[in-house]
Amino acid sequence: MWRSPEPRPEYDAIIIGGGGHGLGAAYFLAKDHGITNVAVLEKGWLGGGNTGRNTMTVRSNFLREDSVPFHELSLDLYHQLSRELNYNLMVSQRGMITFIQSSAANRVALQMANTMHIYGAEYRMLTLEEVKQKIPIFEPSPNMRLPVRGGVYQPRASMVRHDAVAWGFARAADARGVDIIQNCEVTGIRQENGAVTAVETSRGVIHAKKVGMAVAGHGSVVASMLGQRLPIITQPLQAWVSEPIKPVLNEIVVIRSYYGTYLMQSDKGEIVVGQGCDPYPSYAQRGTFSIIEDATTSMLEVFPSFGRLKLLRHWAGMLDIPYDGSPIISKTDTRGFYIDVAGSGGFKTTPAAAKTFAHLIANDAPHPLAEKLGLDRFASGRLVQEGGVSANR
Amino acid sequence: MLEIPCPWCGPRNENEFICGGEADRKRPKDPDSETDEAWADYLYNNANPKGRVREWWWHVSGCTRWFMIDRDTLTHAITQVEDAPE
Repeated sequence: MWRSPEPRPEYDAIIIGGGGHGLGAAYFLAKDHGITNVAVLEKGWLGGGNTGRNTMTVRSNFLREDSVPFHELSLDLYHQLSRELNYNLMVSQRGMITFIQSSAANRVALQMANTMHIYGAEYRMLTLEEVKQKIPIFEPSPNMRLPVRGGVYQPRASMVRHDAVAWGFARAADARGVDIIQNCEVTGIRQENGAVTAVETSRGVIHAKKVGMAVAGHGSVVASMLGQRLPIITQPLQAWVSEPIKPVLNEIVVIRSYYGTYLMQSDKGEIVVGQGCDPYPSYAQRGTFSIIEDATTSMLEVFPSFGRLKLLRHWAGMLDIPYDGSPIISKTDTRGFYIDVAGSGGFKTTPAAAKTFAHLIANDAPHPLAEKLGLDRFASGRLVQEGGVSANR
Repeated sequence: MLEIPCPWCGPRNENEFICGGEADRKRPKDPDSETDEAWADYLYNNANPKGRVREWWWHVSGCTRWFMIDRDTLTHAITQVEDAPE
């Protein structure tokens, strides 16, 4: 589907990281900006990181006016990319229902709904009866610790075949002349007079005046090659998957509202379950058991019949979580070095982050929808604080 | 799961603790004379190393003591424990 070229000695731009974000950025550099002399360097294999293992959910129910239009762009792109890339991303518009189990959650939902309506994103409250109609398998027990009072519903939330995103972007970028170089680990970044000149890799030195970093879970490691400190910590996010069963659950369901447990049934029939990040920094790619226990407990409180399911697999992916939970798409202290830190919903932001990151690299100026997502927001104090992310449980 | 050696209670389950972040950051003596960038660096930036890190932990569901540990973020090995200075 794509070539495996030897790295050339010099490119106009280099993207570090061959996941959805990096491949997407290369694609948009070529398509939107006509910059095709580009290399994507991937330490392992293409899409082998968090793009290859995540919970597939794309949505735009966020709190802040800087977040909603950015995530709406992502949903717009996801819904049209299959046609544009001529590659089936298997977008499945199931909708997402967040259970309301406290008055605080109700208040947050209403605030989100008001912000989202300004940007044309549908988000509406459901009564308990409407929730039961949409999810017949849900039978509220009177003994629940936090009784379900109702729900809030984003009809446009969807599930997307994650590998296809990497493969589709890779094939389209390759067709426009981008070199995708796998098994090529970046070991150093060279700079002269405060400007990037080259990257050192396991396959030799490659020169470029523009280098973009899109490495989920290793942002601090790569940025530290230039002495760049970042307002992030790296934390594991776990998920686990049951044996496949016949269709019982159409919508993506979030229990205990925004900081709780989420589950959905994949197209293959598996029940996919996840919760928030582990509560301390780690690069270990394994998670702590208390998260599994906690999430399973809250799932069984709502869906007791799932207690009969057998779990097939479990994993922990490393996320770079920014202090305020929002993505960082930014210039840095070194000229020509740009960063895309996906934060906690790296998959759902993939196309929007890729498009705005390509704009930043091509123009050395932020895309209008990512102007507020730069590193400078930390010094100015204008954070984009998000609660609706798995970072803040 | 981590087993955290609290200097007062001995080894206890990680669920009893809260990680308090990197221990080596120093609060500027006079914040008003700092630039915004330097103050933001103190507030928000982390070394976030892949490997050894020195960090604060709080035994919130135990003796409520604060202390520092040396922990490897890749292997989760804890090599040194140091009580908070009086």
